[in-house]
Amino acid sequence: MGSYTYPRYPYRKPPPPGDAPVPVAIVGAGLVGLTLALDLALKGVPSVVLDEDDTVSLGSRSICQARRTLEIWHRLGVAERVVAKGVTWDTGEVNLRDRPVYRFDLTPEPGQRFPAFVNLQQYYCEQYLVERCLEQPLVDLRFRHKVVGVGRSADRAYVDVETPDGNYALTAAWLVACDGVRSSVRRALDLPFEGEVFDDQFLIADIRMRTALPNVRKFWFHPPFHPEHSVLLHRQADDVLRVDFQLGRGADPEIEKKPENIDRRLRAMFGPDAAWDHEWISLYTFSCRTMRRYVEGRVVFAGDAAHVVSPFGARGGNGGVADADNLGWKLAAVLRDGAPDSLIGTYGVERLAAARENIRQSTRSTDFIAPKFPASRVFRDATLALAHDVPFARALVNSGRLSRPVAYETSPLNIADTSTSWGVAPAPGASFPDAPLDGNGPTSMIEAVAGRFAIVVFVERTGELSPEVAAAIAALDAGSLPVARLLVTRDIDSPDFPGWTILEDIGNLAFRRCDARRFTTFLVRPDQHVAGRWRRIDPAALADGLRRLLAGGPA
Amino acid sequence: MSGLKTDLNLARPDDVYNAIVDAHKGLSPAQSEAMNAALVLLLANHVGDEAVIAEALAAARRAATKE
Repeated sequence: MGSYTYPRYPYRKPPPPGDAPVPVAIVGAGLVGLTLALDLALKGVPSVVLDEDDTVSLGSRSICQARRTLEIWHRLGVAERVVAKGVTWDTGEVNLRDRPVYRFDLTPEPGQRFPAFVNLQQYYCEQYLVERCLEQPLVDLRFRHKVVGVGRSADRAYVDVETPDGNYALTAAWLVACDGVRSSVRRALDLPFEGEVFDDQFLIADIRMRTALPNVRKFWFHPPFHPEHSVLLHRQADDVLRVDFQLGRGADPEIEKKPENIDRRLRAMFGPDAAWDHEWISLYTFSCRTMRRYVEGRVVFAGDAAHVVSPFGARGGNGGVADADNLGWKLAAVLRDGAPDSLIGTYGVERLAAARENIRQSTRSTDFIAPKFPASRVFRDATLALAHDVPFARALVNSGRLSRPVAYETSPLNIADTSTSWGVAPAPGASFPDAPLDGNGPTSMIEAVAGRFAIVVFVERTGELSPEVAAAIAALDAGSLPVARLLVTRDIDSPDFPGWTILEDIGNLAFRRCDARRFTTFLVRPDQHVAGRWRRIDPAALADGLRRLLAGGPA
Repeated sequence: MSGLKTDLNLARPDDVYNAIVDAHKGLSPAQSEAMNAALVLLLANHVGDEAVIAEALAAARRAATKE
């Protein structure tokens, strides 16, 4: 079954005994662990990645790669392959019985470097990430190295690793568990993983079938071909379709798993003339759970190891990649520049808040799709019935609120506003918006700020920036992590300033999305979240802000 | 500061009351339930004020659960 040929990555023998401690050991070479290893390597931090297997994700699993994930992978050098291979989409369609109720456009705003979503099977994404990691001397990928024990001290983590050539011990300054929902690290430390369990059963049938379907996410409530429940349809690469049937609570997994029963459901959906091959089948229920803390001394949890959500909204894989994005620069600051452990603590605070938001959103979607009590069902059905004719009800139809970056509203890293009236501008903790720019050739805001601290100053004309202020800001530094100084202007009218990149706001979108005026300034973190914003250029406040970011909070 | 109007706000209260009841005539209990749900959603959107809606929900729940 399946069109994809699974790569087999080379096994390497364990290191000789007495090997020196490593700065970072990552458990799990999945989307999250590989993203983190790459990000660390590009920031000059070596890591060891341990994986019990020697290939990529079995099954297509997490297929919807969201814009923010693509932006992160662009920085890491893999997004182009993902976009080229995958299926780009930004429209969703919701149907009730045999009629479309409404369509939603996820990219109403133009001028963003990446689309709302690219659908690509998880195994391709992991393959591209592995291949990029193999080019990095600072990433030590160890396949068929299985973690069988975990220990901790105040400033170290220890793992026992099992290989075909016997066991060995590995010591790391930081251990990051990216080993999935059944995390061996979480279990070894016996840490709680609590939340809500849902009874409804779902069937994923990924099939290979040529089709003229548009690149649209289609969702049906009570379609004629599956009248009791809902169905979700996505396109993927290689003519693979993801069909996700809701089966309800009473379904018998043993019966539903039989190929002839799956084919009967697909036949009802696609008609008598359709022909397909099976790619992957998964019968599942789900839960929404999170650990209470993501940082336990020198052991850090990320991705499904730390939190799981229902699949509605594409918040699992994308949430995990955002974890890695949040953690990478903080680990680099701690390991390379002596930043305090409390900076890693802010990872735990920020990403736990993000996980709770993802769980809240995904639970609401689940309750709409699979109402848990009679009145809930009555209101759901009333909403669907109204949605045909009454516009407001379409906004209530919840077939998955799709993944967007979560704003870290209460983060200790946020610098309080010193002026009010910010309109649509991203607040401290929010993700910085993209916009098309021109600086010796086309680029985008997201590329300009990527992977480093960024000081973004808006001016109407380049010459409005005084050379003294420009020089003061050019002198700021953030240890080994680079600082970009970006002057965004409507009109380039004079030569440049040393240490600065001058960018023209060609579509006037950067100014609009940042509610910018002359001298509006943003300090942006290496994960593209806003640390602070000002209505004037204040080099001292920016210096304080950088210090605060590297100190893990106010001094 | 109470946002939910609890004093009489209808010029012809008997007419409105009977219009609501009469609208359910001939409906099965399930249809009535569906109609009430649609009505709540329509009126909630019309009201538009989350605080008023929260007050109305609390008052309605008190009424429904009173001994």
